[in-house]
Amino acid sequence: MTAQPARSLPRRELGARRRRAGWLFLLPMLGALVFVGGWPLYRTISFSFTNATLVRLGNSTFIGLENYLFLFQDPLWWRAVANTLVFTFVSVGLETVLGLIIALALNAHLPGRGLLRAAILIPWAIPTVVSAQMWGWMLHDLYGVVNAALIALGVIGDPWAWLADPALMMASVIAVDVWKTTPFVALLILAALQTLPDELYEAARVDGARAWQIFVSITLPLIRPALMVAIIFRGLDAMRVFDVIYVLTGNNENTASMSIYARQQLVDFQDVGFGSAAATCLFLIIAILAVMIITAGRVHVPAAEARS
Amino acid sequence: MKRLSRSVRRAGFYLLLAAIVFYALFPFYWAIVSSFKTGSALFEVEFLPRRPELENYVMLFVEQPFARNILNSVIVAGGATAISLVLATLSAFALARYSLRGERAVLFGILIVSMFPQIAVLAGLFELIRALGLYNALTGLILSYLLLTLPFTVWVLTAFMRDFPRELEEAAIVDGAGPLRTLIDIVVPIVAPALAATGLLAFIVAWNEFLFALTFTLTEEQRTVPVAIALITGATAYELPWGRIMAASVIVTVPLIILVLILQRRIVSGLTAGALKG
Repeated sequence: MTAQPARSLPRRELGARRRRAGWLFLLPMLGALVFVGGWPLYRTISFSFTNATLVRLGNSTFIGLENYLFLFQDPLWWRAVANTLVFTFVSVGLETVLGLIIALALNAHLPGRGLLRAAILIPWAIPTVVSAQMWGWMLHDLYGVVNAALIALGVIGDPWAWLADPALMMASVIAVDVWKTTPFVALLILAALQTLPDELYEAARVDGARAWQIFVSITLPLIRPALMVAIIFRGLDAMRVFDVIYVLTGNNENTASMSIYARQQLVDFQDVGFGSAAATCLFLIIAILAVMIITAGRVHVPAAEARS
Repeated sequence: MKRLSRSVRRAGFYLLLAAIVFYALFPFYWAIVSSFKTGSALFEVEFLPRRPELENYVMLFVEQPFARNILNSVIVAGGATAISLVLATLSAFALARYSLRGERAVLFGILIVSMFPQIAVLAGLFELIRALGLYNALTGLILSYLLLTLPFTVWVLTAFMRDFPRELEEAAIVDGAGPLRTLIDIVVPIVAPALAATGLLAFIVAWNEFLFALTFTLTEEQRTVPVAIALITGATAYELPWGRIMAASVIVTVPLIILVLILQRRIVSGLTAGALKG
């Protein structure tokens, strides 16, 4: 993008003035991000090499890699890593499939499409904490509507302890996350679908192609960029999951993610040095993945919201 | 035969749509129903409460500082959104309209910041907030929320401002208007709808935030709504007041849903602007 300054002004002088103004405009934002992002990140990384605790943050001693050595020997940390990976792969996978189905359904020409779109926006607008509490109540082992419905339908005989049974906890947490974030994926895919011209389908239909063939050979390749963006963005977001797990199952080891583990060390056990080491590891994993994806895949990832 | 299979497929399609709507809406419907039940009625599966009661809603405000929590959330989310919009408008204008050296580096850096896991800055932010004397204060939360709202407002507004017709801006320059005048008088009024959509998204991000609010506040009076809802406790530690939790959930969600329904077109374009145009 090259600037085309107005011809009546000396080109070079205008360019210099614009550059100065441009950087002046950027300065407050960059300063704010360094202040609330860059500096705190640097401090967290520094803490990870010390024995800092919550009560004595200031005068801590440098202990080298000790925190990291202990971290890598803690089976609970590796459990948290595994939980996070399971959560990320399963929930993003389900969100992609469900998001595709919903987007394709809403892309059909039918009356009241706006209302339908509004309906699927509702889970997205509900705060994560609220959606976790709403589902926590629905999944209640004694009085929950999910158990009542499944028993009435004859699917299960006795009520299941969705949020206490180690075999079910992760599935429940994933189900709640899928409910809450599928709309984001569906909307991104829907937006991509709506940029495709109708003639494309008509031509394929004239050629006698079946709906499934049209989807696989025409639709899917064309919406691939949007699909990739949604998957990458959701994947990186799921890696740092905290709210939904914390509200539904607390610090329980069967569902604890890396963020939950790090916060428990930092705040509950007040071990800032050790917790910072865990937090730094999570940051490094996400940063390396992000840089790899952005540079290698040349995919533009949206900074849009999905964080909540 | 062909006609029959077509109508079967049509029925299947409407069934799918009904399932989607049911899946999206039922949890919220169930929260509303439960919020009007008290006592033993709460423990029975009834799809319409036989005797709806407002007790849960009343107790929320009588026994807890829930009104204060709502006010806190409005102040914090509103403050973070306002500051983000001002800073992001300035920088998006520079990023979208001026060809600056290092522009790509800035955008890349913002992208990386938006991917920071919150936990990675938690210890450092805690130290910073305490050093500034802002622990357990709403200003501390506003400050920390800039980390969440700023990168994404810059990104979305930059995408919007790239579409802005260059001629208008050039006319202003020829008229002798400085960059700030051009931005305020010409660009801002035109991108106002985008500002509203982006602002709403930022507001929702801040309104929904949990980890910082949980960590940087201490007393019940300073809590924001998500923390208050997550930490509602009943008469005993073993008995969660589900009716009251559902009432609180309904109260904080209804305004968001109304806003989203009114502005849904704008929101969708805001959500997808960064993704498809960026």
